[in-house]
Amino acid sequence: MNISNEWQPSGSVESLVKRAKILSDIRLYFATEKVLEVETPTISPSTVTDVHLEAMRTIHTNPLSVKKTHLFLQTSPEYYMKRMLCAGFPSIYQITKCYRDDEVGRYHNPEFTMLEWYRLSFAMNELIDEVDTILRLVLNTPVCDKATYRELFFKYLGLDVKSDTDLKIVSICENFGYENIVPLGFKDTLSTFDRDMLLQLLFCEKIETQIGRERPIAVTKFPASQASLAKIDPADPWLSLRFEFYYQGIELANGFEELNNVDEQKTRFILDNKQRKEGGLEVKPQDMKFLNALDVGLPMCSGVALGIDRLLMLALGKKHISEVLSFDFAAL
Amino acid sequence: MAHFSTNEFKAGLKIMLDGEPCNILENEYVKPGKGQAFSRVKLRKLISNKVLEKTFRSGDSVEGADVMDTELSYLYTDGEFWHFMNNETFEQIAADEKALGDNIKWLVENDTCTITLWNGTPIVVIPPNFVELAITETDPGLKGDTAGTGGKPATLVTGAVVRVPLFVQKGEIIRVDTRSGEYASRAQK
Repeated sequence: MNISNEWQPSGSVESLVKRAKILSDIRLYFATEKVLEVETPTISPSTVTDVHLEAMRTIHTNPLSVKKTHLFLQTSPEYYMKRMLCAGFPSIYQITKCYRDDEVGRYHNPEFTMLEWYRLSFAMNELIDEVDTILRLVLNTPVCDKATYRELFFKYLGLDVKSDTDLKIVSICENFGYENIVPLGFKDTLSTFDRDMLLQLLFCEKIETQIGRERPIAVTKFPASQASLAKIDPADPWLSLRFEFYYQGIELANGFEELNNVDEQKTRFILDNKQRKEGGLEVKPQDMKFLNALDVGLPMCSGVALGIDRLLMLALGKKHISEVLSFDFAAL
Repeated sequence: MAHFSTNEFKAGLKIMLDGEPCNILENEYVKPGKGQAFSRVKLRKLISNKVLEKTFRSGDSVEGADVMDTELSYLYTDGEFWHFMNNETFEQIAADEKALGDNIKWLVENDTCTITLWNGTPIVVIPPNFVELAITETDPGLKGDTAGTGGKPATLVTGAVVRVPLFVQKGEIIRVDTRSGEYASRAQK
């Protein structure tokens, strides 16, 4: 009989022992800090409107109803956790599974583990310092570097992302051989969506590969057009209070000083859906319970999501996410 | 020719890039958490044999290349073209010097070569891993020498020059590894 090895876990015992240790260290840290561990549902009748995120779906059958409910698997626990904060919960964290459709690669598994936490009354910089504390605790890294998005583009590409023209961005892309990614029919202006798309390309390929080699780096103040759910910088409406951590070529965490203005939140949902429609993507309904909670009031807070699997890859020097998961997508 | 989207890119797929057929070697998925996904593709240009990296926006399509490998046996050269035959259909096809490149020196009549056709035209000719060729010129070696002491150059009937052990003499037929261009052994009589 031909017995195949396909039943075996993709991660080694060593990897999974380290995973357990890291999870326990993180829980101990938050217990000491008196941040409450919570669990929220991983399913919801609504999902995010992010242009670049697609949720997986499932169907629920209710024995007391003939109606079947379509549900989305969460891409992150953000809306449920913010609803808790709006209801008066203190600072909270959770370690949960998240699901993203159409994402498989060296650093992407369709189902992955996220550490997400919210700190009441923290400004962006205070939360950056706390992320750094956790990285030092888990990875023994030196104190992180900090740089703004704009500084990095200027340093590595000589590009001022705030004031330089679309033409300059396009010419830099063409010089690097990315002419195939420049939108067809480009003359001298790009839509905000396409300008951000090219900036994301340059960031991924030409900046991310050069930063955070010796020590983690917190990249701060993404353009307002890439604010996601971050507040706009009160000092400069062109910037947002969004940050990301990178270390050794890996995007590790994304955080915000959280947007808590319900009207602006609605505007962003509408803008996302407008871009989704223009890009030929399905338009997503707004999460009304999340908006109703924001309407009551989200206290001033900062929140961040950190990929546990990638953290483990860094802790163990593993090259592929499959090596730190019990069973990766290919092993299902 | 069909178009292929980035989610169909995998090692071995042949696509057109800058007017040249290419073989995809690797396709790496790259995506910022809050941003556009890209495919970072490593590929080999089939005519120039250059390996390069090209990044595509996820979901973009490129034209496929009509490229196929075929096993043909080498017949002869008329000086301008090198002629090959399909031993099953007896169809003949001619490859030019560009398609042969440095592999001209490993062509032996009746040997089966792998020929890459693009739109029906040969663009690459790969000889068998081992070929047997006669030595036309080499210095007389010292008696009693054994392989592995450095050897001496020997010119083969096709003009190829390889290093051979000192005991191998002019007129002998040797077996050469065409991938490395190194002497393997004396040919079995």
